[in-house]
Amino acid sequence: MNRLISSFARIFRFYYDGFSSMSWWGRRVWAIIIIKLIIIFIVLKIFFFPDFLHRKYKTEEQKSKYVLEQLTKSL
Amino acid sequence: MFENADLSLVDWSRAQFALTAIYHWLFVPLTLGLSFIVAIMETIYVKTGNEEWKRITRFWMTLFGINFAIGVATGIILEFEFGTNWSNYSWFVGDIFGAPLAIEGILAFFLESTFVAVMFFGWNKVSKKFHLLSSWLVAVGANLSALWILVANAWMQNPVGMVFNPETARNEMVNFWEVLFNEVAVGKFLHTISSGFLLASMFVLGISSYYLIKKREILLARRSILISGIFGLLSSLLVVYTGDFSAKTLAKAQPVKFAAFEALYEGKQKAGLVAVGILKETDKHIGNTAVNEFAFRIEIPGFLSVMTSGDRDAFVPGIYDLVNGNQSRGILPVSEKIDRGTKVRNMLEEYKTARKNNDNARAEELATMFRDKKFNDENFRFFGYSFLKSPDEAIPDVKVAFYTFHLMVMLGFLFILEFLLAIFFLFRGTLEKHRWFLWAALCSILLPYVAGELGWVLAEMGRQPWIIQDLMPVSAAVSQISTGSVITTFVLFAVLFTLLLVAEVSIMIRQIQIGPKH
Repeated sequence: MNRLISSFARIFRFYYDGFSSMSWWGRRVWAIIIIKLIIIFIVLKIFFFPDFLHRKYKTEEQKSKYVLEQLTKSL
Repeated sequence: MFENADLSLVDWSRAQFALTAIYHWLFVPLTLGLSFIVAIMETIYVKTGNEEWKRITRFWMTLFGINFAIGVATGIILEFEFGTNWSNYSWFVGDIFGAPLAIEGILAFFLESTFVAVMFFGWNKVSKKFHLLSSWLVAVGANLSALWILVANAWMQNPVGMVFNPETARNEMVNFWEVLFNEVAVGKFLHTISSGFLLASMFVLGISSYYLIKKREILLARRSILISGIFGLLSSLLVVYTGDFSAKTLAKAQPVKFAAFEALYEGKQKAGLVAVGILKETDKHIGNTAVNEFAFRIEIPGFLSVMTSGDRDAFVPGIYDLVNGNQSRGILPVSEKIDRGTKVRNMLEEYKTARKNNDNARAEELATMFRDKKFNDENFRFFGYSFLKSPDEAIPDVKVAFYTFHLMVMLGFLFILEFLLAIFFLFRGTLEKHRWFLWAALCSILLPYVAGELGWVLAEMGRQPWIIQDLMPVSAAVSQISTGSVITTFVLFAVLFTLLLVAEVSIMIRQIQIGPKH
């Protein structure tokens, strides 16, 4: 158990030291990464990119029927 | 083509996907190639113990890190677009496309959260050998990550290893290995990663040349040019070899695309490869599509036949053969493919009706036919043709295919020449004297990006009208959403990606001006 905690502590320390001693470019790209991920996963995904089929239909069967309809409807 | 499709919606959806993919591809190839260059440099450092090599490694690793970080997750937007803008397509292929993309996601996550951290935070904290191993794992992992994306894309060019299930309206994977070792996938993967190696080599060569022009960091520049020159030369030769391999698979899997990128209308034996050419539109038409002719061309006799099958006497079908058919060569006319595709669609309609009327016996009978290999080979593989109104709709834009291919190839040969000259001047000890070459190398940094994007435009535009070759046209794949929302997100992406690019370039330029600090 102690060894496990010690391993986690070492890993934590590794990342902590790495982040706290980052150069200016490291800090800047991390800021960009965080802003970008917020924009992509919160703004874009939630407000602009809902899953079309998932939003319209609840079950897999309904989705299948819809697509089948789309693939055959101009006949 | 597809009566219910709103063309402006299809066009905007395509434009949005193209914009996202093009921007995404500005970040990816440098990651693919620079990771290997850094790993090679670090290997030399570990082997020799020479601190200058460590300094060189850390400098290029910094530039790798900037590009890697800014490019992270830009590809995820493409996956959002599948679900929102291309829902029919996503559903139709979900089982096949999902597996490679999921593997890519898992691989990328573990790679990025562990070994990249060791690469950047691990200097002096882990052993030299473990650090080196991490650098190699990042390089191999990044390239393996690309493999799964390219496997998915190759399936769109050459759909194999699946069976269509009318019950779920989905193609289901029946042979993973056939999907993975799809000939197109093998060629595409090797061609794409080697082009990334080439791009990164030109990046290193160009920036090192900048230092030589500025008369600073001379040792770093010379050593970097040595590595990038050799790695770049080998990569560019690999690009040529894998390009040739891809052409052979293309001739089989996508013969119309192949004929289009050579603007070959009349099929022939001993077909020549156009080295340079200018196209002009003529009054002739295939259906409503104008035919192009050469206003000027320089041809290498017989070389196109050799490219397709290694035999100078081989027949290479032209666009006329592929659209109108050529019985003596066993080529079906598109009209026949439309008939077969329509037959499949009628069966699908019948299946739908049978299910609706609870005629389970008939529905099961039809479902069994969809699982039959012979039926698939003879009929289902032409399903997409049922959406075409006329045979000429199966022809991609010949001018786009021709010019993108030829520009890409010309640039490829220019890169070989540049790497050869870099090595030659370096070994003669005259590199700094040839300032014209240093300037040329610096200016050439952007050219592999152009070549790479041209390659993607060729691959995707050359496949038109299909989103999945012969199975589904783009117009049948698109979601019925408002064009306005697609335009809005198009503008959002253009702004977001441009900001990211400006951020990357400005941080990169600043870091290059600072130079290696360690």
